[in-house]
Amino acid sequence: MVQMKKLVLIGNGMAGVNTVEHILKLAPNKFDITIFGTEPHPNYNRILLSYVLSGDSSVNDIVINSYEWYESNGITLYTDHTVTEINTEQQTVTSNQGVCVAYDQLIIATGSNPFMLPLPGADKEGVMAYRTIQDCEKMIEASKTLKKAIVIGGGLLGLEAARGFLNLGMKVDVVHICGSIMERQLDPTASSMLREALEAQGMNFLLEKQSAEIIGNEHVTGLKFKDGTKADGDLIVMAVGIRPNVELAKRAGIEVNPGIVVDDYLRTNIPNVYAVGECAQHRGIAYGLVAPLYEQGAVLAKHITEVETAPYEGSILYTKLKVSGVDVFSGGQFMESPGTKAIRIHDEFAGIYKKVLIKENKIIGAVLFGDTSDGTRLMQMIRNQTDISGYDKTALLIETGGNTNDSSNVAEMTDDSIICGCNGVSKGTICSAIKTQGLSTVEEVKNCTTASRSCGGCKPLVSDLLAYTLGDQYDKTAVKESMCGCTTLSRDEILEQIREKELLHIREVMNVLEWKTAEGCSKCRPALNYYLAMINPTEYVDDSTSRFVNERMHANIQKDGTYSVIPRIYGGVTNPAELKRIAEVAEKFNIPTVKFTGGQRLDLLGVKKEDLTQVWEALDMPSGYAYGKALRTVKTCVGQDYCRFGTADSMGMGIRMEKRFERLNTPAKVKMAVSGCPRNCAESGIKDLGVVAIDGGWELYAGGNGGVKIRAGDLLATVKTEDEVIEYTEAYLQYYRETAIYLERTSDWVKRVGIQPIRDVILDAEKRIGLCDRMNTVLSVTTDPWKEAIDNEKIQKDLYEVIEIK
Amino acid sequence: MSLQTATAIWVEVASYDELPVNTGKTVRYQGQEVALFKLSNGNLKAIENRCPHKNGVLAEGIVCDDHVFCPMHDRKIQLSTGLVQAPDTGCVKTYNVTVKEGKVYIEFTKATFS
Repeated sequence: MVQMKKLVLIGNGMAGVNTVEHILKLAPNKFDITIFGTEPHPNYNRILLSYVLSGDSSVNDIVINSYEWYESNGITLYTDHTVTEINTEQQTVTSNQGVCVAYDQLIIATGSNPFMLPLPGADKEGVMAYRTIQDCEKMIEASKTLKKAIVIGGGLLGLEAARGFLNLGMKVDVVHICGSIMERQLDPTASSMLREALEAQGMNFLLEKQSAEIIGNEHVTGLKFKDGTKADGDLIVMAVGIRPNVELAKRAGIEVNPGIVVDDYLRTNIPNVYAVGECAQHRGIAYGLVAPLYEQGAVLAKHITEVETAPYEGSILYTKLKVSGVDVFSGGQFMESPGTKAIRIHDEFAGIYKKVLIKENKIIGAVLFGDTSDGTRLMQMIRNQTDISGYDKTALLIETGGNTNDSSNVAEMTDDSIICGCNGVSKGTICSAIKTQGLSTVEEVKNCTTASRSCGGCKPLVSDLLAYTLGDQYDKTAVKESMCGCTTLSRDEILEQIREKELLHIREVMNVLEWKTAEGCSKCRPALNYYLAMINPTEYVDDSTSRFVNERMHANIQKDGTYSVIPRIYGGVTNPAELKRIAEVAEKFNIPTVKFTGGQRLDLLGVKKEDLTQVWEALDMPSGYAYGKALRTVKTCVGQDYCRFGTADSMGMGIRMEKRFERLNTPAKVKMAVSGCPRNCAESGIKDLGVVAIDGGWELYAGGNGGVKIRAGDLLATVKTEDEVIEYTEAYLQYYRETAIYLERTSDWVKRVGIQPIRDVILDAEKRIGLCDRMNTVLSVTTDPWKEAIDNEKIQKDLYEVIEIK
Repeated sequence: MSLQTATAIWVEVASYDELPVNTGKTVRYQGQEVALFKLSNGNLKAIENRCPHKNGVLAEGIVCDDHVFCPMHDRKIQLSTGLVQAPDTGCVKTYNVTVKEGKVYIEFTKATFS
């Protein structure tokens, strides 16, 4: 057997690891690969850090290559190791922890460092950069105690950081040296539209300000400018640019200027040493955006594996700002110059601005604000240098959803063109996955290749590739979110058909609507079970085989197959007799763990399946529905009975609400809370419905969430009496039940539908009464599932019996 | 009672009519745990009651046609072959099942006695 070549990669980031991924595909098992990374993480998607900062993603969500990936590909990974020496004669590298590895070929992908302005006071506590997971974590931590941040730099990174601070509840000033923000990507019109949009979100801009000095004692207290003015702040983030990280290369005698100089095959001046990504300088340019890095990586991988490749000849830049609520795209040349002509659309009502620059019948650049859906398509036309003399010029900016031009466009792209910039997925990868895996929807392509998984901007292109690859077989309607792989119909279409055709059973829905599978899947079965019950609350018979385990068993399954049991404790208020009983049950059944939950009740963990019904019987309490897509708890504070600040009986209100809505099935779990004053000790601001007592009434907050995506609730209504609290909650929950997608939490639902349209419905007396009526019907037919199981031997045998053969 | 063959033991576990349709039944025998399913077409299937991914109990999964979805992380497993369906990989052990005079028998192998 031929000995495997030793490939070493310095830098465990997007550019380097992407290159390795390509190499593994082109020449599996040909290289013995070692990767060194300074950060204590596997390769993650740095461009999605702003989502981590904004709370939309967790660190795990943005990991591109898990530790398992390294392991299963036989890669030796040294995280937390910084390579300190390259010996280009012996062909070895050494890390700061003393690991020395020999290489046949070496890839340097050390990325870049944030540029820190050498201001007086820059060494004070509270001055930082924004580049790594660690920086993000620092910022999140800082936001817990600090009030105001100053971001120096009004470019892409600076604005994303500033938006993050707003999300974290801090005030923020953005300092920029020029008169317009993102001036390296946007023309003055788009730039000022962006500034206005961000100001509306709460950002404060200090433009044409040159920083002079950071003030404060040990810790930062503010920033002084050259013009003598100053700004207060207890955290300063410098986002003024990046510098290629070349110290190591320079010490090893590799040519730098200022990035590591590479040729069209990413070779440095030293044999067998390559550089890729932000640390590399190609034809005088060091790129700082992701798409060029992937383009470089593709060429380098082919070169190293000795696959024929066209040289890398540079990239056309494009960028999207990742700030929620603002869509900005810029690609290619964005400012007019002699010889260019522009097509512009500027709709000041809708806040949309689009400009396409054309030179010699070719699109050379575009700026989009407010609606960036054309971005990817225009970018392809720029890259392909499409001749547009035959086009209707204004049509270039009009949505071309069903237009066949799109497909012919993807047809012209080369196989290694990147379709998904976030995850570096090429046209070739997607097309071959479509063919070999038999994919037919965007969703399936996403699951199989990760294309469109992150920002979703390339979904239209993926759809075009499906049309191009499958031809007539591709059903464009499937692009809309179908309920699951068993049908091409969307949730709305299915509900319409259920109502119109008066369908009453899951089987019937699947037959009449021509499901592709006889019995559906784990996505559609529970969803249909919910929708059918929602539409026909009194007639529909619940199908326990279409419930997820927890809802079928009425207990939460744990990872070892045992269950947890949480009885109802209304409003979190209990008494000695109840507590004694719970304690006795825990002892009698040897329940290993008893824990207070976050919802003010008690959790009995580790109950065996065959013991469940007996435990419930012994408890003699209603089910707490802690397992269900249903009302969980109503958390309360002590309120006016005991609290010196309390203005209302929050415990009483909470108990009343919990009694009213217990056993209610909803699209996803619903948590509520009642606080007796605006100090909000019951955390009403982060509940699906939160109630806060104010002087002379109650405020109702909707769509809050304290889970994966923290979201503060929106004020839904202010009412005077307890009866009104119940009435408005009934209407709100029923409207949610009727319009949300199954499994959609209220936080996502409110975000999707908008709080104002929901308010309009709830505050309309006639609509509200209709909703309350329907809610009343739903609630009239619920029964306690634990009691039902205790009283019914067949349920006990079918669901809870375990057959033990001696 | 048990029926014995040269290489395996057929163990009586339940009465056919009493098994619920599309709801798995947990069966324990000599340290082995099996998920037994009666499908809507009346066929019986038995597989090892642990998902190869993270040990989810398969008896509690949603059953659709010839597949069960693991209740832990939604791995889709074919009941006839025990194969985990793409894009995931892996497989679980399958057991032979038969019905004789209304009684359900599962074939356990002797090797499991050790």
